[in-house]
Amino acid sequence: MFKKLFLFGWFGIFVLSGVSGQEELKNPPLTIDDIPVYQQFDDMQYVLEYNNDTTYIINFWATWCKPCVEELPYFEKAYRAYENKPVKFIMVSLDFKKQLESKLVPFLNARPDMPSTIVLLDQDGNTWIPKVADEWDGAIPVTLFYNGNKRKFIGHSFESYDEISTIIDSFLR
Amino acid sequence: MKKFIPLFVGLLAVSAFLVSATISNNDPATNASDKVSVGDKAPDFTLKNVDGKMVSLSDYSDKNGAVIIFTCNHCPYAKMYEDRIIELNATYAPKGYPVIAINPNDPEVQPEDGFEEMKERAKEKGFDFPYLFDEGQKVYPEYGAQRTPHVFLLDDKMTIRYIGAIDNNPQEPDAVTEKYLENAIMALENGKSPSPESTKAIGCSIKYKK
Repeated sequence: MFKKLFLFGWFGIFVLSGVSGQEELKNPPLTIDDIPVYQQFDDMQYVLEYNNDTTYIINFWATWCKPCVEELPYFEKAYRAYENKPVKFIMVSLDFKKQLESKLVPFLNARPDMPSTIVLLDQDGNTWIPKVADEWDGAIPVTLFYNGNKRKFIGHSFESYDEISTIIDSFLR
Repeated sequence: MKKFIPLFVGLLAVSAFLVSATISNNDPATNASDKVSVGDKAPDFTLKNVDGKMVSLSDYSDKNGAVIIFTCNHCPYAKMYEDRIIELNATYAPKGYPVIAINPNDPEVQPEDGFEEMKERAKEKGFDFPYLFDEGQKVYPEYGAQRTPHVFLLDDKMTIRYIGAIDNNPQEPDAVTEKYLENAIMALENGKSPSPESTKAIGCSIKYKK
């Protein structure tokens, strides 16, 4: 996990400083071993239950989901904008087991500003979906914002960065 | 300091309002106040089938029931269930529970889900059940369908008896341990109420213009 954050950090620095693609290659790209993969929802449920001063933003997405991919730039922008704030983004990929190496890894390597991604493979949606939010029916993308006991669940995709930042700001106040 | 508190509370209220106001949601299904629940009568519809003929739910009133499945071409989850849907129809249409598939997506948003593309897919896969196009997206909001695939099981009185998933393992058909839909049909066959009467599952959101 730290290795991954470290990698993302370096990618970010390269992009921000506008270094050429050739030099970027000096950093080893992500591999599947850098991404936490959970078979069971119960093993990652702690991600939804941190109780501290940080505001957590948990987005459920997948590379095959068009509206999910369309809203990613807003999350990438927010990830950078709130870098120095008590805010943590966790992107939960619901990509298919067979496509983690062929699709998800190259996708993440092409997006240096993506916040930390974990993978959930649990197929028993009827059991775990309600544990994220009662009002969630299972369509993605969805996003859960929480800070301690304060929660806000958004059951549809975002149309702009401002929609996300407005919610984050309401948590930081 | 004290006199600032009302101002602060006011600001909070305004910001809360702004949050709710800026999160627009045009989803016709979310905004429909009359979407159905288990126990409700299934809304009738007349939609165009891939063979060019119109199909109405009322055409099925002499059956033991019907399995309405909102599904589509493009969604990987819909694709994963195609063979299972074909099999379900093969097994349960003869028992009086035929499948009626409906594509709820707006092809302007998702071109793979256009009517011509639906015809091609139905031919390729050999769908032997109607694959209807919810042109103008009037039907899926009445049902409150949220994703593809999304199943609504009806009984002989066209009452909705089960809403949700086909089974509990989209990616690995061989690892399924709960066949929700088949169990629900069996319950109806035995004069019982399906349990569970609704289930959730990961799927693709229904595509509409924003």
